[in-house]
Amino acid sequence: MLIAQGIGKRFGLRPVLRGITLCVERGEFVAVLGPNGAGKTTLLRILATLARPDVGTLLVNSVDAVRYPERARQMIGLVSHQSLIYGDLTAAENLRFYGRLYGLGGDVLEVRVEQVLRQMNLWARRDDRARTFSRGMTQRLTIARALLHDPAVLLLDEPFTGLDQASAAALSALLHESATHGRAVVMTTHEIQRGLEGISRALILRNGRIAHECHDDLSPQTLTRLMHHDA
Amino acid sequence: MTLEPPLSLLPRQIAALVWKDLTLELRTREAIIAMVVFAVMAIVMFNFALRLRVDAFRPLAPGIVWVTLVFAGTLGLSRSLSTEQVNQCLDGLLLAPCDRSAIFVGKALSNLAFTLLTALLVLPLSAILLDEGLIQPGVWLTVALGAAGYAGAGTLIATMAASTRAREVFLPILLFPIALPLLVASVIATSGFLDRLPLGEFGSWIGMQVAFIVIFWTAGVLLFEYLVEG
Repeated sequence: MLIAQGIGKRFGLRPVLRGITLCVERGEFVAVLGPNGAGKTTLLRILATLARPDVGTLLVNSVDAVRYPERARQMIGLVSHQSLIYGDLTAAENLRFYGRLYGLGGDVLEVRVEQVLRQMNLWARRDDRARTFSRGMTQRLTIARALLHDPAVLLLDEPFTGLDQASAAALSALLHESATHGRAVVMTTHEIQRGLEGISRALILRNGRIAHECHDDLSPQTLTRLMHHDA
Repeated sequence: MTLEPPLSLLPRQIAALVWKDLTLELRTREAIIAMVVFAVMAIVMFNFALRLRVDAFRPLAPGIVWVTLVFAGTLGLSRSLSTEQVNQCLDGLLLAPCDRSAIFVGKALSNLAFTLLTALLVLPLSAILLDEGLIQPGVWLTVALGAAGYAGAGTLIATMAASTRAREVFLPILLFPIALPLLVASVIATSGFLDRLPLGEFGSWIGMQVAFIVIFWTAGVLLFEYLVEG
């Protein structure tokens, strides 16, 4: 579903990513872990086609995402650090706007907006401006926006930051459900203690390289050791 | 879920972007209020400042109107991209499966709408205070063309300035020299209609306005992708 090969990126003379190769199948939930500055966000921005790699190839469902990013974007949903939500539009208006950008319209759009708002437990607040939402509600709306066009690939950048325990548990369940429904899910995080419950694999990113790939032992203790201590 | 191929979506994507900008502006009224208040104040101050030394405003009116519209337009332009930087909404637009040119055209059309809305108030006020001849179809035509050219160039330059720290300073510094030929053409074309000259005598300046529109809207469509992706 998502195949990145030999991805490299420099900012000026400083290499940020060096030869990242990553393959995520349908139904897989992959966590990319690493300390701050490891290159997680840059990697996710490249996977989301928001930045171009200097070298390497990226295939999203067999579409060359470097040459044809518009086609690839139809299959990608991104939850980033920021909400990407307009505070002075209502929740429903935000979703309708983004839905139109993704080519949804008419009844299909209305049905889909209702579906994702109900799924995120925001239907009752659909006509409220997004600026009145709490951090947890805003994050739920952000996820609703990312799922609106039913993407095959879901990318998340530190999605648990600032969430209370209940919201974090709900998000964790949603990500697990997303993967079991056939999506390829990639999440970056530096928090080992939260959100890693349903993951299939973990990649440890350090200094722009994949330092470790963990399949079997995904315990927080092992991941913490690999992330911070074991070179 | 089946999605249409991106190119066929372009008009609807542009319409969605304009709808979003107009809805946000209708809610907050931040840009339009600043533009209108500035424009009204400028016209009133020009009126009082110049009336002390000038008997007839007709030779000055086109210049006063255009300088006012250009300065007021800059206020709207500086907000145009900054609204997309709150919550990093620009990334939301860039994630959509649409050609980057759709984002430029949507933004430029919104800026054009705000400038025309300001002109809708500035022209009647200028007609009352400066010269009643300003209310005529020819002048409206030059205002529409000048505003379209300014919106195209302004959106392009505002996009360049948006990534800098001192964007409010950079925007006028970069934009005014580029917009100078448009300003000259617009003032001469407006004067031509105001003085009821034969179209042949100043028609080439209207042509220059059209050329400015073509150049800067084309440049925006072609360059916007490189500007937003750095």
